[in-house]
Amino acid sequence: MTPETRIAESPPSLPNPLIGPGHTFGTITDKISSIVLGQRTPLWWFLTFGVAFLFANAMLLTIVNLLFRGIGIWGPNVPVGWGFDIINFVWWIGIGHAGTLISAILLLLKQTWRQSINRFAEAMTLFAVACAGLYPLLHTGRPWLDYWLFPYPNTMAMWPNFRSPLIWDVFAISTYATVSLLFWYVGLIPDLATLRDRSPSRAGRMIYGILSMGWRGSARHWHRYEMASLLLAALSTPLVVSVHSIVSLDFAVSVIPGWHATIFPPYFVAGAVFAGFAMVLTLAIPLRRLYGLHDFITDRHLDYMARVMLATGLVVGYGYLMEAFMAWYSGSLYEAYMMLNRFAGPYAPAYWALILCNVLAIQTLWFRRVRYSPVLLMVVAMFVNVGMWLERYVIIVVSLSRDFLPSSWGLYAGTQWDWGMFLGTLGFFLTLFLLFIRFLPMISIFEMRTLLPESKLEAEEVHA
Amino acid sequence: MKARPPIYGLMAEFEDLPALVQATHRAHEAGYRRMDAFTPFPNEELSELLEGHHNLLPKIVFVGGLLGLLSGVALQWYTNAIDYPINVGGRPLVSWPAWIPVSFEMTVLLAAFATVLGMLGLNGLPMPYHPVFNVPRFALSSQDRFFLCIEAEDPLFDREGTRRFLESLQPHEVSEVEH
Repeated sequence: MTPETRIAESPPSLPNPLIGPGHTFGTITDKISSIVLGQRTPLWWFLTFGVAFLFANAMLLTIVNLLFRGIGIWGPNVPVGWGFDIINFVWWIGIGHAGTLISAILLLLKQTWRQSINRFAEAMTLFAVACAGLYPLLHTGRPWLDYWLFPYPNTMAMWPNFRSPLIWDVFAISTYATVSLLFWYVGLIPDLATLRDRSPSRAGRMIYGILSMGWRGSARHWHRYEMASLLLAALSTPLVVSVHSIVSLDFAVSVIPGWHATIFPPYFVAGAVFAGFAMVLTLAIPLRRLYGLHDFITDRHLDYMARVMLATGLVVGYGYLMEAFMAWYSGSLYEAYMMLNRFAGPYAPAYWALILCNVLAIQTLWFRRVRYSPVLLMVVAMFVNVGMWLERYVIIVVSLSRDFLPSSWGLYAGTQWDWGMFLGTLGFFLTLFLLFIRFLPMISIFEMRTLLPESKLEAEEVHA
Repeated sequence: MKARPPIYGLMAEFEDLPALVQATHRAHEAGYRRMDAFTPFPNEELSELLEGHHNLLPKIVFVGGLLGLLSGVALQWYTNAIDYPINVGGRPLVSWPAWIPVSFEMTVLLAAFATVLGMLGLNGLPMPYHPVFNVPRFALSSQDRFFLCIEAEDPLFDREGTRRFLESLQPHEVSEVEH
């Protein structure tokens, strides 16, 4: 028997390998809620928060400067009209997709291993979407007029053009952010009630009490609650596929070489899930270590996430292959040149670095040793985080810098304010995430309880 | 108007789920209907016992989704074909394939709102005050204990008789629930 088949079959000695041995409803509740209510805030939290907050301020500084001086402080200019702003937008939005995949698609597929990672993955989605949304909103140039994006009766007697993918984006991203927030909040309600009932302070009982809406765990309520969760999952599943498909149509509907391709929607969706799982691992591995959550986020969880990353990474690799093939097969001079330009043009190092990160580095995930080693997994996830950023960089910049007319070719590089904004959103994301793990349960307590055998009835017990 | 009973009901606490499910069965067999069970996690057997399969939520969500779809189509039709038509090389104004993404997003958005508001509305939430919270040990229902409450409104309810019945189910404790 190969090592692969041995892990696939759950060994009889471990009745539930998704949770450490010896846990009861009480210990699960204690462990997760004490991170919020009981323990002193650890020193590392303050240190990380300080650094993250510093970077978040770099973002605020960039935004203030941008409002004063205009988007000229960023690098994009003719012919490269999209730069870091759209690269980072697509990168962040893609990261968010893994959270929805874990909470929605894996719920419909009854994958119980999602239950210890869905809460913080959904939080990651929300914060990633918040970061992503900033870029196009600021890139409009006059962000105080961003409400023009929405259809509302106005004195200009104009309406948005619904034939444009850019307006589809407005609807897709705002729907995605709203539905993700609803899904996340609904999932939190029973756990907020737990925090309300356990909070030692009056303020805690008040705040968690208001947020939990008076949840009392009634069996009738649970019935509708479970139905609502399933329905939200069923709605989110096509939603998440539509969002990155629509993002990819921003490119594919244009006529720019390298963008005008039918493979874009599936290729972007796979890339989004790939990037998102890398970010979930990037967050899960340190969290598990710092809070000692090895009983809840087991090695098996990391293994499953690594497998999803490998599978979606292979789809992305296939996308790269097809892009190259179609560039040749199309017989179009411009498509063929775009591909040559990627291979050997001024941005070739970025292209080959992306192949190294997204195609070669993930091949190590075929080995069980790598998937079960948090350190190695973290390294691979970092490669993917960088690789997916480079992918968007290559797609956007290479095609725009040299399109149809050689006389209007030009090179692009991010300015210090581009970097300020990018590093700033990383800090902003981390700031929000650290606040989340400090004030809300980062693992779904009630869903973890259902992993215990005591939460299920034997057939004879029901009619005893 | 009928006079309000002196207490809200009687509540029994159980240590595990099978005990609660069995107790709910017995109470149902004994003819009690105005009762509710409280657990720290969802359980299908209990919900079926108390509520049956009946659930209005999917219908609400369907209506929400349908409204979203129709409003999405209507919005694009009115704005791009009637109020502000843009003629691009004589192409049709009702270019419906281009309207699919926005119509879809509107469907999902309104269906999701219908799901959440419908679930909260049918459950009567938010409800910051409820008599069951008056039982001090009820705080454990969101942690690791299981509760069954028979309400005084039930026609079979009798302060002494129902207490004796609940005690026969071997609970951890039976307590009266103040209004």
